[in-house]
Amino acid sequence: MKLLELLGYYNYWVFAITLMIGLYTVISKDNLIKKLIGLSIFQSAVFLMYITMDKVEGGTAPILKAGVEDQIYSNPLPQVLILTAIVVGVSTLALGLAIIVRINECYGTIEEHEILDAD
Amino acid sequence: MIIVFALFLLTLLVITALAIVRSENLFVSVMLLSIFSLLMAANFFILDAADVALTEAAVGAGVTTVIFLSALALTTEREKQQATAQHVALGSVCILAALIIYATFDKPRLGDPEAPVHQHVAPWYLEMTPEHIDIPNVVTAVLGSYRGYDTLGEVFVVFTACIGVLFILGVRPPEQSAKRTAESGGLRHHLIPQVVGRLLIPFIILFGLYVQFHGEYGPGGGFQAGAIIATGVILYALLEGEGAALAAIPRPVLLGLVVGGALLFGAVGIACMLMGGAFLDYSVLSADPVLGQQLGIIIIEAGVGMAVCGALLSIFHAFAARESQP
Amino acid sequence: MIDFAIDALSWILLTLGGVCVLIGGIGALRLPNLYTRIHAASLTDTMATLLIFTGIMLQAGFTLASLKLLAIMVFLLLTGPTATYALANAALLSGLKPDAATITSKVTGGSNG
Repeated sequence: MKLLELLGYYNYWVFAITLMIGLYTVISKDNLIKKLIGLSIFQSAVFLMYITMDKVEGGTAPILKAGVEDQIYSNPLPQVLILTAIVVGVSTLALGLAIIVRINECYGTIEEHEILDAD
Repeated sequence: MIIVFALFLLTLLVITALAIVRSENLFVSVMLLSIFSLLMAANFFILDAADVALTEAAVGAGVTTVIFLSALALTTEREKQQATAQHVALGSVCILAALIIYATFDKPRLGDPEAPVHQHVAPWYLEMTPEHIDIPNVVTAVLGSYRGYDTLGEVFVVFTACIGVLFILGVRPPEQSAKRTAESGGLRHHLIPQVVGRLLIPFIILFGLYVQFHGEYGPGGGFQAGAIIATGVILYALLEGEGAALAAIPRPVLLGLVVGGALLFGAVGIACMLMGGAFLDYSVLSADPVLGQQLGIIIIEAGVGMAVCGALLSIFHAFAARESQP
Repeated sequence: MIDFAIDALSWILLTLGGVCVLIGGIGALRLPNLYTRIHAASLTDTMATLLIFTGIMLQAGFTLASLKLLAIMVFLLLTGPTATYALANAALLSGLKPDAATITSKVTGGSNG
């Protein structure tokens, strides 16, 4: 029983590890596109945590089945929030990449230390 | 039994994330990122989130990869070597990871029905949806009606990103534009992808429309449909050249889609106000309040689909039309 | 009885499909260069698609879900070999020559398109 409980936390540990991998990529890599990739990983880890919270034991996807009583459904609320968040994430990603393309045209490089040296 | 599968997928997720960080070739990182998004979508599906899995697969594994690849084509492909070793960053990240893992022991067990997140509002949504709105997909009901303001805000975020990218990348020297669109022939000389692509594009767009209009009965909705239709048109642009795709759906039409979608959403809200209700209160749209809610949800989902499709296509064309500097 | 037969058949098909994917994965790791790896990954992928989807369709019975699975299988069978062609073509166009030791036929490996 203890092992099963521990396995229940596996989702959260994977969330923590993936979050930190993404954060490490953002703060330590010099290449701007690599930083954006790390930010994307960071966002996905946060989505994983929210969706983990919505699962109910013995439940199913929150699409109501007609005529079936006493069916347990999983929580629809985190799914709505994460749907919005995914689209917002891709919007910010597109905007960030556009800025990187312009930085490349102005400075000729997308390595952070070279850009800071050029200024 | 499914728990073994779930554990395996989660472990693959961590391995893929590590591989993304460690690889130096940015092209490899972007491809691994799309695999990461697909694994994340599979994880979401195992956790009973069908709508979110569809969105992550369509938007994350599809459109994000295309945008990243177009940005890579305009910049470099390989990352330069780090000059200094990053011990401080690694150490602080490890300490943070340990802290977060320590904090997760206080979280409710996975699937616990007594967890605080399953009390208060969520059972109310599940109970009241057949009474107020009467559509099977509760996520669409909450997204469109109960939490309609958030969706309105999101459409405007997509709109802002689109015009932001167009402002940043839209300026281009005029004499290069004609030369560029004339010589981009796409993959016309490659027969097999062209034949298969031409066969599949109508079905992709048909599937996108199916997802749009079946958002109330199954997983689907405006965002997924917009992303799928945009993917179909991007496939056409890759096969026939960007000029042909612009001839098929010109830029003014794309801008009209984006603006029209956002305005449609706002117009529905204002129409509700003019008919006597509150902003975005769809019950007053028709004599029967349930029918009014369904009508409102269909119209705003159409607005969302138009806005997302137009925005993603405009962003793609903005990236693809930019000539890379020597 | 017929239920047991359908279950047993779908078990066999799914296991064979899994074995195909495993062989493809091992091949993609162990074979020497890109063109041989493409052989391993693509052939086993197509076979596994057929086997796994037939196994699942047997489980789903004669319902709408079966029809959707058939549509997905046709889609995968169309796009999988196309992706393989595109990959091999891109490799050839970017200058990667097939290793001379792995050419078995008399036709030279430098064809265009």
